[in-house]
Amino acid sequence: MDQDRYTIPSATGVDVELAIAGAGSRSYAFLIDWHIRILLTIAWFVCAAVITGGVHLFTAPPGRSSIGFMLGAVMPAAIIYFLYHPVLEVLMHGRTPGKRTAGVHIVTRGGGTPSAGALLVRNLFRLIDSAPAFYMLGLFTCLFTAQRVRIGDMAAGTLLVFDHGASVGSLAQLGALSSTSKLDPATLDVIAELLSRWSDLTAQPRAALARALLQRVDAGQDVAQLAALSSQELRERLQRLLRGREN
Amino acid sequence: MANSFPQARSWLLARAPLWQSLTDSLAQLHQRRQLSVDETLKALDSYRALARDLATARRFMPGTSVTHALESIYAGYHGIIDRAPRVSRAALLRTLRVEIPATMASLRTPLQWVLLLFVLSIAAGWWLINTYPTLIGLVASEQMIDRVERGELWTDGLLNVTPSSVLSIRILSNNIVVSIFAFCAGAFWGLGTFYMIALNGLMLGAAFAFTRQYGLDGRLFNFIIAHGTVELSVICIAGAAGMALGESLIRPALPSRRESFEFCARRLVKLLALCALLLIGCGLIEGFVSPNPAFPLASRVIIGVCYWGLMWAALTGRLFGARRSAIPAADA
Repeated sequence: MDQDRYTIPSATGVDVELAIAGAGSRSYAFLIDWHIRILLTIAWFVCAAVITGGVHLFTAPPGRSSIGFMLGAVMPAAIIYFLYHPVLEVLMHGRTPGKRTAGVHIVTRGGGTPSAGALLVRNLFRLIDSAPAFYMLGLFTCLFTAQRVRIGDMAAGTLLVFDHGASVGSLAQLGALSSTSKLDPATLDVIAELLSRWSDLTAQPRAALARALLQRVDAGQDVAQLAALSSQELRERLQRLLRGREN
Repeated sequence: MANSFPQARSWLLARAPLWQSLTDSLAQLHQRRQLSVDETLKALDSYRALARDLATARRFMPGTSVTHALESIYAGYHGIIDRAPRVSRAALLRTLRVEIPATMASLRTPLQWVLLLFVLSIAAGWWLINTYPTLIGLVASEQMIDRVERGELWTDGLLNVTPSSVLSIRILSNNIVVSIFAFCAGAFWGLGTFYMIALNGLMLGAAFAFTRQYGLDGRLFNFIIAHGTVELSVICIAGAAGMALGESLIRPALPSRRESFEFCARRLVKLLALCALLLIGCGLIEGFVSPNPAFPLASRVIIGVCYWGLMWAALTGRLFGARRSAIPAADA
């Protein structure tokens, strides 16, 4: 099995293929989540401390009962910090704001949405994964296991996989382009992708790719004439091809 | 590529609106917690249609954004169809009446070993401090030692320092973390659990030996008895669960260690969830009853014994109406 792909047999006979997220994507998602939960925790704690009579961090305001302060400021802050992952993962079906930003989500080994129990097990094992510090054990197992999982994932039978939100969006675009252009969908797809990445590519390779595509679309084109076109002209011709005004 | 699929353009034109509508439906299905029969059948039809289209796209248009998009929608529908059912009242009752008692019965042997380890650790702690009293500094803080040497227990006047409600929350959260850690540490082939149980036993034995030297052991027993029966039992159960987790790695019962570990962890976590609830009760007793001198020893013993009985009834399923005959069947 390809280490970065996970294949699940399906009842239809057509396998489901998932792209496994590695340690980098996990860390990125975790860092975003950590910042969110620490900010929420501090925000709640400071607001509650101010409301209960001035900023008295870690101690009850003088002359007031510590019960209200503990139950109103410390406890909710601790709950936000410690239950952030399990609660959000259950409510958001295997996602958290950090995971959503990193474009990853949790699935079961069968490819399904994990149950609340599985997500609970996954989060219980954070105690072990975070040992001895900074999630070192979790990162270590993530780097050296075939499906890039931490101990919590092994116990819960879950995987972290990539979303394909961007490709789903491109489906509508390609459908619309196919209705206006006479080019075959695969060529349209390549042209659309080249244009979307135009500004990211350096001048020479993108010009070479654009010329190769234009020549493929119209084999009778003069090579010397194509070579004389500037980068901007090549881009405009590709855009016209996409819009179906030039074939 | 599309060169070998001349109808690709017309195929794409014909199918694209359907794929778009399926993408929209998928987003709605993800939001819904429960689907009707019609919606489920429609989702299954969509899944089958997507499988056909994906197979075509994989064959004739590999690596294109169309294929990637179809992979994504197909995986999304697969996720919906493969989704675990909602926890119903019947499923919850089955867990409480059958699954947890069966898990508890399967832990009988590791529980015996953990109890033996715990008792031996208590004895070792007792012997160590009795023989070498100066070693108490290894298991107790200086503040605790000073108070005992002054003839006071560290639990004396606890309610004057911290209110019962706060004390309860602090104690129960600490106990739950210790139990979860004793269980999860079993992932280190059982060695982590071994360490946790041995350390807890050693500390308990040492504390009793140390307080005995100042004639305070009776008062320590007085403090512990109401909540300790269930608290120590739950820590031992969590330890046994950790041992079972370690055993699933050392001697896997399923084809692979990973599968065995996963199966074991998911089975045991239900038991631990019930244990966590029992620890909430322990925290409340430890916060409201144990430090309160108004409760005489007899009432503390009654509370301790009754709460232990409640724990036993819960773990064997009898508290939730499990029939006597159902439990041995589950054990098997």
